[in-house]
Amino acid sequence: MPAEGTIAPEQPETFPQYLLLNARRFADRPAMRHKDYGIWQSWTWAELLEEIRIFSMGLAALGLKRGDKIAIVGQNRPRLYWTFCAVQALGAIPVPVYADSVAEEMVYVLDHAEVVMAIVQDQEQVDKVLSIADQLPALKKVIYDETRGLKDYDHTNLHSIDDVQELGAEELKKSGDEKWLESISKGDGNDLSVILYTSGTTGKPKGVMLSFHNLTVSAINANEFDHLDETESVLAYLPLAWVGDHVFTYAQAYIAGYCVCCPESMETTDADRREIAPTYFFAPPRVFEVLLTAVMVRMEDAGKAKVAMFHYFMDVARKVGEPILNGDSVPFGDRIKYWLGEFLVYGPLKNRMGLTKMKVGYTAGEAIGPEIFRFYRSLGINLKQLYGQTEASVYISAQPDGEIRADTVGRPSPDVEIKIHDNGEVMYRSPGVFLGYYKNDEATGKTKTKDNWVHTGDAGFFDNDGHLKIIDRAKDVGKLDDGSLFAPKYIENKLKFFPNIQEVVAFGDEREFCAVIINIDLTSVGNWAERNNVSYASYQELAAHPRVYEMIAEHVDQVNHDLAGEELMAGSQIRRFLVLHKELDADDGELTRTLKIRRSFIAERYAPLIEALYDGSTEKFVETEVTFEDGRKGSISANVLIRDMPLVPAKKPVLEAAQ
Amino acid sequence: MNAPIRPDTQLHTRADDGIATGDDLLVTENISLSFGGVRAIADISFDVKKGEIRAIIGPNGAGKTSMLNVINGFYHPQQGTITFRGNKRRRMRPHEAANQGIARTFQNIALFGGMSTLDNLMTGRITLMKRNMLWHAAWFGPAQREEIEHREAVEQIIDFLEIEHIRKTPVGRLPYGLQKRVELGRALAAEPALLLLDEPMAGMNLEEKEDMSRFILDVNQQYGTTIALIEHDMGVVMDLSDRVVVLDYGRKIGDGTPDEVRNNQDVIDAYLGVPHEDA
Repeated sequence: MPAEGTIAPEQPETFPQYLLLNARRFADRPAMRHKDYGIWQSWTWAELLEEIRIFSMGLAALGLKRGDKIAIVGQNRPRLYWTFCAVQALGAIPVPVYADSVAEEMVYVLDHAEVVMAIVQDQEQVDKVLSIADQLPALKKVIYDETRGLKDYDHTNLHSIDDVQELGAEELKKSGDEKWLESISKGDGNDLSVILYTSGTTGKPKGVMLSFHNLTVSAINANEFDHLDETESVLAYLPLAWVGDHVFTYAQAYIAGYCVCCPESMETTDADRREIAPTYFFAPPRVFEVLLTAVMVRMEDAGKAKVAMFHYFMDVARKVGEPILNGDSVPFGDRIKYWLGEFLVYGPLKNRMGLTKMKVGYTAGEAIGPEIFRFYRSLGINLKQLYGQTEASVYISAQPDGEIRADTVGRPSPDVEIKIHDNGEVMYRSPGVFLGYYKNDEATGKTKTKDNWVHTGDAGFFDNDGHLKIIDRAKDVGKLDDGSLFAPKYIENKLKFFPNIQEVVAFGDEREFCAVIINIDLTSVGNWAERNNVSYASYQELAAHPRVYEMIAEHVDQVNHDLAGEELMAGSQIRRFLVLHKELDADDGELTRTLKIRRSFIAERYAPLIEALYDGSTEKFVETEVTFEDGRKGSISANVLIRDMPLVPAKKPVLEAAQ
Repeated sequence: MNAPIRPDTQLHTRADDGIATGDDLLVTENISLSFGGVRAIADISFDVKKGEIRAIIGPNGAGKTSMLNVINGFYHPQQGTITFRGNKRRRMRPHEAANQGIARTFQNIALFGGMSTLDNLMTGRITLMKRNMLWHAAWFGPAQREEIEHREAVEQIIDFLEIEHIRKTPVGRLPYGLQKRVELGRALAAEPALLLLDEPMAGMNLEEKEDMSRFILDVNQQYGTTIALIEHDMGVVMDLSDRVVVLDYGRKIGDGTPDEVRNNQDVIDAYLGVPHEDA
């Protein structure tokens, strides 16, 4: 389907145009909810139009012009969402910024984007922006949402949204809204809609420019793909500056006309979700993990009868839950049991997690543990995976209903073409492909080819069913000496899905075989030790315990069996492993502050151990310097054991073209 | 569809009582208080002006909490007078003080541990409720309407103090720092003209102290509430308060702006310690 054909000419092309349409077609339907003062306050689309109109006209009165950039800093507050539309109605461009970024990080983005105004949430953000204002020559006005604590500030260039709206209301009374409507109708699908700065794990953040067309086509396709309409409700709790939030709670909401609910505060998100019971829900795997852990911990404190009931019906769900969800045939007896379980266990459980009404849910961003994924699916929750990028207006691939597997990210999304580059990198082309990086043609040229194919930077392949599998960042993927593919993160993730394993570092690039360094999870293994009368005094002692080694060996063996079943990965089975004598720690520089492993640093720091992994020795004495939390340094030494693993013969290769 | 409530950011306070900001709200004159032979407070006079943050500091046993107890009518001084909002008085019971618009928090938290944050805050509204117990027992009608009004005021305080997430949690289960915040909330719920805070930051970590300081400043600024506080953390006191009164062994040894007090030799002696001559 050609991109241009997706929007008929009489169709709206920009979000302000959609707002006008929604105010007509869904005038009395809720557009937005916000829990405030303990009550869900709501705005209909008609009311939303009123609010945004006076806000937007107020901004115009303050001097916002076509083409200006305006920063949005804060959490998911209704008025910050209105800002997007209010700004776009004037032909200006919103630039959402991560609310938790520190002043120095913010300077770069605000300066690079040349914002003339900043709309911020509260005093904290006002202080932050004012503290860097002298480095931002373009910045003229700061506008805030929450008034608390700001009474005594100098209000020459500082305004509250209330004041701006008042200004707009006066303007409206005085001269009507013809000019405003005219400005909206000038909007074109190819105009720049928003600049989203990528969080930039490497180097400076890059401003991804998306056009209205990019976003509307992606959103229309996504709504069709999952049959989303104006009856949905979603919870807005992810950062505004993240493309996922922008598409799920702004683009798709305006196009489908569904209701976006803002939680009372970040801490109340769980309770608010329970009250709203969103029908469409998106969360990174971590959210699902936390929810599940909370349930399991509480089940351990429950009475015997309840525990027995829970486990019985969870077994039933594990057996038949997914087939029922996928619409496969299931024996009648099992259906009765499942129905009973729905009444006694699954229903209340889903209610507790706020997932009762969920029609479709997505997890993305990282690999999700298969156990966790299956848990939710077996409860009858239609949880799926997708693969996306800011540069693609999110959607690259997604799992269609009924074709759900924990280890793939699905088929190409509608209108998206995907190909695998010779070096294994995933590339795509779609109507959602970004215009370019703002003021960075060099990076644009590197990422986007002339005929609009985009490099994702991720390595992946298509499995036999035509589902895309992402294995690792392309630059981390290497080859073993025998030429077989080595994707460290893919192997590490497989191991990390075991609750007993906290952290894994895999080695093998340009080496004879794959070997791993493992950190055990002290909570989980400690718990196991307690139940099995294994006494230990420290992490180090527990890590070196023979029975712990035994347990980890079983996990590694299972991963090897998994790998053996995969044509591309069979060669990189884990030949040797060791359990490290200390926990990898951000204080020692082994992990980043966001707890990602720093591969090269670890390789350097533990060079003797890695050498030992490959020279055949069965133990190695090491001494490691550690930094304590108060900054003091010390060292720990240990005799680290190294274990050999048997290889699993590769299963028969099923050959089929990958594309 | 319920129309969105426009947040009424100005909490009703009893601040509009004819006293202009900067005039005397509370004046204590020559207060002396003894317990048997122990003189807790000796001939102390000071004033609290409307709209200011007034700190009372001093070493342990200096008589700070006793002074606070005198102000809110828990102790009755043997000598001296207290003038609050222009009314001179010698004796007053705590509930009368509460009715006149004095609210306080305690050094050791005094909340209802089994009750939720919301309910604790609602108890702060009791002096403002007009219907009697029978009406409230019947609940329907006027009492219900009244409760809704009070709930709205309490919700504003919950929003103000950012304690939405613990609205329904029994306060006994909350960490100490949050309990302190709830207690401040309960005092605020009474819409006080004068807010007495007895060591609002005791036992808090740095981050909690910073939060609490911000809330105290915001209460003062946004609601115009006059605050008298006792605090040991000098950094906090000097940052927050407009004027400071220093007590030592029941006597007043300093009074003035933070800078004046900081340079007062008597105060330095009292804090750094000099040998006391026997009286």
